[in-house]
Amino acid sequence: MADIVLDHISKRFPDGSLAVDDFNLAIRDGEFVILVGPSGCGKSTTLNMIAGLEDISSGELRIGGAVANNKSPKDRDIAMVFQSYALYPHMTVRENMGFALKLAKTPKDVINTKVEDAARILDLTQYLDRKPANLSGGQRQRVAMGRAIVRDPSVFLMDEPLSNLDAKLRVQMRTEVSRIQRRLGATTVYVTHDQTEAMTLGDRVAVMRSGLLQQVGSPKQLYDLPDNLFVAGFIGSPAMNFLSGTMEEGKLRTSLGDLPITDQLRQEMERAKAGRDVIVGVRPENFEDAALVSADSRGHGITFRTSIDVVESMGSDVFVYFTQGRDTGVNSAELEELAADAGRADTGASGDTIVARLDAATQVHEGSDAELWVDARAVHVFDPATGRNLSVGAVSGTARGPVT
Amino acid sequence: MAVITPRQRTGWATANLVVLALALIPVLWLVSLSFKTPAAVLDPSLWPAQWTWGNYSGILQTSQFLRPLVNSIGIGIISTLIAVTLASMAAYAVARLEFPGKRVLVGLALLIAMFPLIALVTPMFTIERQLGLFNTWFGLIIPYVAFGLPLGIYTLSAFFREIPWELEKAAKMDGATPFQAFIRVIAPLAAPGMVTTAILVFLACWSDFLLAISFTSSISSRTAPAAMEYFSGGSVFTVPTGPIAAAAVVITIPIIIFVLFFQRRIVAGLTSGAVKG
Repeated sequence: MADIVLDHISKRFPDGSLAVDDFNLAIRDGEFVILVGPSGCGKSTTLNMIAGLEDISSGELRIGGAVANNKSPKDRDIAMVFQSYALYPHMTVRENMGFALKLAKTPKDVINTKVEDAARILDLTQYLDRKPANLSGGQRQRVAMGRAIVRDPSVFLMDEPLSNLDAKLRVQMRTEVSRIQRRLGATTVYVTHDQTEAMTLGDRVAVMRSGLLQQVGSPKQLYDLPDNLFVAGFIGSPAMNFLSGTMEEGKLRTSLGDLPITDQLRQEMERAKAGRDVIVGVRPENFEDAALVSADSRGHGITFRTSIDVVESMGSDVFVYFTQGRDTGVNSAELEELAADAGRADTGASGDTIVARLDAATQVHEGSDAELWVDARAVHVFDPATGRNLSVGAVSGTARGPVT
Repeated sequence: MAVITPRQRTGWATANLVVLALALIPVLWLVSLSFKTPAAVLDPSLWPAQWTWGNYSGILQTSQFLRPLVNSIGIGIISTLIAVTLASMAAYAVARLEFPGKRVLVGLALLIAMFPLIALVTPMFTIERQLGLFNTWFGLIIPYVAFGLPLGIYTLSAFFREIPWELEKAAKMDGATPFQAFIRVIAPLAAPGMVTTAILVFLACWSDFLLAISFTSSISSRTAPAAMEYFSGGSVFTVPTGPIAAAAVVITIPIIIFVLFFQRRIVAGLTSGAVKG
């Protein structure tokens, strides 16, 4: 078992493109770290650099304290699980799992014992003499993991191992991966584009975008205290709603109404020299049907009337979609890039389309007007130019200050 | 699928018969010639009036034909082995690596394959004489390898491209050197392609006449197709049609067996790369 330190790691491809830009991360021994981000953000490249499949353009990689930049993959004591499993089609499961040990000239009986142990952990014992073509997707994925486990390495690397499975199997295998990692206590670096996997599997999650590390923290930290617009919009499903807002007369004007802001937030905004136009972020669960809000909570937010476009009842929750828009003309390059990255289609609506999660007891229905309430304490304020979360400076993660 | 009318069916059947006839009648004539006595050679009927094994026994008992047969087999096998080995290494590089001049190299290889052989015979003759390769096995093996490589590289690179890149990465992570990865992982998967290439190269060497006749002067290195040219008849004025026909049949039999056995492989090998490109 070993710790991994990425020290100012960069990767520049021969055609000049910068795939990874000054990446810094210290991974503790036994930690499960997830690299997450949209396609093309550099997460797989970073993983390949840790593995030794790509050269490191600049910076230092230390595995177990020793500099590993120029070590070949087999000297780094690392095992990797690929997205497409990369099982050797002409070998049986047993031979696939034992291949690395055979190359290392391990005695045959040792290979057999190790392969059978790994097969038992993964419930593959009856498939040992089959070829990969005769296995299902989930079984192949387990063989790929078995191939890694058998080598008993210091570090596990996984490159989107669950992407090729169907949704139900993915959920099943997610718990398998978690269980195996905990059992083996191995340092694991896991790459995915699925934020759900990131949130459920990792001890810590590193969000990347366009080669740059956006934020590193526990899933809860990323969810509650996102550093910038991108992380706020990427983590959490359904995604955070973004509205345009203006600072006027000490209040935050949005299409939902005037939100009161705390002193701390105002100070932070002055300190950051933010302009009058800001982007306001509200998570769907911070809305509620006004009729269901208790009297003492009501004071912490504002109510507004709106016409409901779509209602999705999930049984335990109800998601409502509505637009609340006057065209304020606040254009943010950040917001547009974020929408493009997140793959959100441009519906052409002039207002801001908002999704809210309401309690299942709500009576709102499609097409009708409703009175909704939004929690002003849970609102995030972003600087449209840089995307930085201004309210993080003001909020320490504990109780927020009194609302003025 | 369109419905085929009975009239279309008869039309197609007729066309098929015509094509088959055109292709097979010369072969059948050859076979019948090989069983005819010398006197009956000019007999126009396909079925020999008198069957004789004399032609076959004659050629198979003389070193004038047996030695060339051995030469053909030996030269064919050695050329095939060298060509397939070199072609697989080159094809692997072409399929996997990006290096300056790759396009030029592949283009050159194709150029060599398309160049008219007959234009090269005279200069090659001079070169071989100078180098002392004339009338030796290697005098034929080297040109056969050279002209078999382009086809081999082309076929095999299509095969290698089919094999996912990630298998090599996985082998690398498992601790294999590039050579071990090639031998243990890639080559077994490309085996169908290698067999196809081997068959094609062997057939080309076996049936080549031009180079065999130009670069050999005695049975020490002459191959079977060329040897037929030197059969002598009963007298200076008699053309030994019977023995020539028998020799032709003997030479063709291995090809027929090969193709019948491996035809599905050959077609699959040539077309499987084509779909993905």
